[in-house]
Amino acid sequence: MKLFDIAHSRTGDKGNISNISVIVYDQKDYERVREYVTPERVRAHFKGIVNGEVVRYEIPTLGALNFVMQDALGGGVTRSLALDAHGKCLASALLAMDIPAKN
Amino acid sequence: MRTIRIGSGAGYSGDRIEPAVELAEKGNINYLVFECLAERTIAIAQNAKLNDPTKGYDALLAERFEAVLPICKKNGIKIITNMGAANPQAGAAKVREIAARLDLGKLKIAAISGDDVVEALKVSDTKILETGAPASSMADVLVSANAYVGAAPMVEALANGADVIITGRVADPSMFLAPQIHEFGWSQDDWDKIGKGTAVGHLLECGGQVTGGYYAEPGKKDVADLARLGFPIAEVSEDGAIVITKVEGSGGKVTEHTCKEQILYEVHDPKTYLTPDVTADFSQITFTEIAPNRISVTGVTGRARTDTLKVSVGYKDGYMGEGQMSYAGPGALARGQLALDIVKERLKITGVKASELRFDLIGVNAIHADVLAPAPEPTEVRVRVTGRCDTMKEAVRIGNEVETLYTNGPASGGGATKSAKQVVAMLSALFPREKVIPVIDYLEA
Repeated sequence: MKLFDIAHSRTGDKGNISNISVIVYDQKDYERVREYVTPERVRAHFKGIVNGEVVRYEIPTLGALNFVMQDALGGGVTRSLALDAHGKCLASALLAMDIPAKN
Repeated sequence: MRTIRIGSGAGYSGDRIEPAVELAEKGNINYLVFECLAERTIAIAQNAKLNDPTKGYDALLAERFEAVLPICKKNGIKIITNMGAANPQAGAAKVREIAARLDLGKLKIAAISGDDVVEALKVSDTKILETGAPASSMADVLVSANAYVGAAPMVEALANGADVIITGRVADPSMFLAPQIHEFGWSQDDWDKIGKGTAVGHLLECGGQVTGGYYAEPGKKDVADLARLGFPIAEVSEDGAIVITKVEGSGGKVTEHTCKEQILYEVHDPKTYLTPDVTADFSQITFTEIAPNRISVTGVTGRARTDTLKVSVGYKDGYMGEGQMSYAGPGALARGQLALDIVKERLKITGVKASELRFDLIGVNAIHADVLAPAPEPTEVRVRVTGRCDTMKEAVRIGNEVETLYTNGPASGGGATKSAKQVVAMLSALFPREKVIPVIDYLEA
């Protein structure tokens, strides 16, 4: 299954930094997502787009994770050559991540 | 317990006009706030002001005020907006002119400026955060530098009876915080309250993004009636209790999940959300549906604000050229790839000087590069070539090399477009708070 099946997401941009929230639909999936969707996996998932560090913040009251990705927007949203200079579509790319089905 | 209702009339400069009219007519609101000033907008507005001292405010200011001012005046709603951009005084003068033309009677308009620190920065050793270089080293390419001002001057303008406040660069949430401080007499170092008031601002500053806009996922997150999306209202009580809602019967929805997406939007560490007013803490926030389209917000706290203000720095960053061309039907992908290879070689042969080039196939890898597994071959692809150059002349040549694919490239290419533009890019710096002195001018209609 994909992260898309159990979570939703929104991307924000500041300069050359992208942040992506991952919010579970159902709180019972939070622990599973927290365990699997690590900063290392997210960084590997975005290989070729994200060149810097990925830091993860946990917001359990929201059933949410927030990934802050450095050097992720082609030099910065106001100068990037990318079609989606803000990286607004990156949330959808993260939701495409495969996640093991529940045991 | 006293309660006020604050509406959000726009989430960006080009936003829809009529949701704000709906809020003013049916929202039973006390304040209407328009957030219309993106980072780069102010740098571009600065140029407009240099060419004409009566310009430099938001291009839609007149249209928005003509739409809402009569209703706001009738219903006693005060308006706060950063549509002043690079020239709040000229924006305020325009509002006065509209009020007079529409015969609206007495109106007090405050223009808040003082955010422009470009001259100070040009001779300053303040470091640019992204590069570490002193600001003075880029004096010859600097276009603008504007500090994010906080709620204080807006609170003062409200205390002095302003009906309309037109600002330049202020922090977005501060525009929503100011009426809360004014109405409830909160101390500006009551950090928990200022934190809560800032959360209200953050949830509302993007307009429809908290009422179901930018949220729909057909089949999973359905949102009704996005063509008539209602913009948000915050109901705030003196003790900091918050409810997020919208006009009854409008499109969209306010749910725990729409609020969750918006509270984390453009946030890094949720424990440390820095504004000129406070260090807000969203890390323990909770959203609870108390009725359909009514979400209660709790758990926000705050800590002392920092000693510096963020400054948004605009500078000339060369030129960008672009060309696009479509290929469709059987073999589209191969012809698109061949087109990219040809343009790549042509740019080399003709010696186009570009410091960075990008070759995309829209429909294949322009958005997500190679993050996603290859899909079945698309029936349409669009070739896109972009590059960064030092001169306009060089930038133009990139689009030209895409366009010449018509008669020199693969079969059946169509719909060529090309463009070239100067790039004004943004960096940031931290500037001592005490060096930024807000100025308030009052105009009366």
